[in-house]
Amino acid sequence: MSANGGLTIAVPRGALFKETLDLLDAIGIDTREVRSNDRKLLFRDVGIVTMRPSDVPTYVAAGAADVGMTGKDVLMEQPEREVYELLDLGYGRCTMVLASVAGDDPMEEARRRLGMMRIATKYPKIAARHFAATGRQAEMVEVKGSVELAPLTGLVDGIVDLTATGTTLRENGLVVREEIVVCTARLIANPVAHKLKAAAIDELLERVRAA
Amino acid sequence: MTATDPIGTAPAGAPTIHPIPSGTRDVLPDEMRELRAITTTALEVFQRAGYGEVATPALEYEETLARGDVRGAPPAYRLFDEQGRVLVLRSDMTVPIARLVATRFATAEPPLRLCYLAHAYRGVRPQRGQPREFLQAGIELVGAPAPDGTAEALTVLCDMLDAVGLEGYRIGFGDVALYQALLDGYAVAGAQRERMLHELVSRDFVGLEREVAALGLGAEATDLLVRVPQLRGGPEVLADLDGHASEAAEGLRGVHALLEPRVAERLIFDLGLVRNLGYYTGAVFQVFDPALGVPIGGGGRYDELLGRFGRPLPAVGFALNVERLHIALAGEERGERDRGQSS
Repeated sequence: MSANGGLTIAVPRGALFKETLDLLDAIGIDTREVRSNDRKLLFRDVGIVTMRPSDVPTYVAAGAADVGMTGKDVLMEQPEREVYELLDLGYGRCTMVLASVAGDDPMEEARRRLGMMRIATKYPKIAARHFAATGRQAEMVEVKGSVELAPLTGLVDGIVDLTATGTTLRENGLVVREEIVVCTARLIANPVAHKLKAAAIDELLERVRAA
Repeated sequence: MTATDPIGTAPAGAPTIHPIPSGTRDVLPDEMRELRAITTTALEVFQRAGYGEVATPALEYEETLARGDVRGAPPAYRLFDEQGRVLVLRSDMTVPIARLVATRFATAEPPLRLCYLAHAYRGVRPQRGQPREFLQAGIELVGAPAPDGTAEALTVLCDMLDAVGLEGYRIGFGDVALYQALLDGYAVAGAQRERMLHELVSRDFVGLEREVAALGLGAEATDLLVRVPQLRGGPEVLADLDGHASEAAEGLRGVHALLEPRVAERLIFDLGLVRNLGYYTGAVFQVFDPALGVPIGGGGRYDELLGRFGRPLPAVGFALNVERLHIALAGEERGERDRGQSS
């Protein structure tokens, strides 16, 4: 049996890519071809498929991949995906924050005078849950690109976004007002593969824990 | 842009498209022929095993489904009748059949064996094999307690799947009372218990581990509460248990001992299996096939549901999603074709 136990592993490109490949190397899965090839997506020999992190739960929930690595932020934003969350991998540590322009907080004024604030985010579900849980009214404006632009142009009063070091926020004159949740990379599994390939998944889990 | 061309991209002269509601679909002759072959075979198997086919209305009073506790699969479509009563499209067939048994068979001598082929309706996000309207084929065995009733239901389930030609299927077999018994054993109650069960139902073992650690129990108990719900495999899974966990698995052992080998070898004991329907009380099962990434169906014991309708009787049943079964059969066939070509 191959090093991955016959499993298909969904690997996220982007911020989690390098540490995920380092982890796979540490448990004996050869990632040299994956590292050397930016455009190729499917690496059948080592059972790896690569994709953007937010697509990982989609492939794993449908069984197109047996297991995968993605951020807790992605999982929280897609609660309808039925996958097992097996392990906190510890890396890719980021914080989901509420931020607005430095100085007097425009969100506070909007809340007081207009009754609600406008919030730009790529994570409308996480943001809406946070405002609902803290008893505040907010209108979500979903954006796909750089969220930091939205409060600078007057589109919104604040943003909910993921930050690792806070550098991008600072460079755009934004300050963190609230920390919502800390997110790390997680190992997830398809519910059917979790039963039918139990031995291979448990072995992978043991090796990841030991790495 | 018109109502029948919602994104305004139809070329001039294209036929008019009359849309149907999201999550529903039409079935055309080629597919219907294959679905009919599956359902005809399923009903033959059920009837040969002594299960009489019944039908119930697609619409029920909302209070009927609420009495049955279908949380996790709540009805999604409501309407009012001319007296202002709230009607729902059934989200499940087990609760309507519990109502039927309590009212139409109020004095009949148990056990009662009933089967059905019926559509149910849920407000799920449409994705592959998970529409809002779906066809279920299933049985309900009322008045047959565990373990014998459970063993009979599992046997009929295997008979039916064998008869339609599904080959690689396995049955995940667990007990909703098992983890509850473990929590009882360590006197975990209240909000902490609810949070732990929530993590288990949402398949989040990272969250479960965090909640267990927060209990501050000893190392052995902490290990057990995290490890046991992740155990799955053959009968050795049950043999390896001890203490509270072993007692909690007594029900599963009892059923296993009654099964014919051809049924027993299909089982995967799954000590973390929980179903999202509120009425299950004991053994629960789910059908898996390597050709499909989602379960094909499932069932379990609901020993208290009939009592809520005034006729307390232990019961067990299962429902298979016919469209998913069809996808799995097609997937198995395709897999065989591919293997045939590569060899």
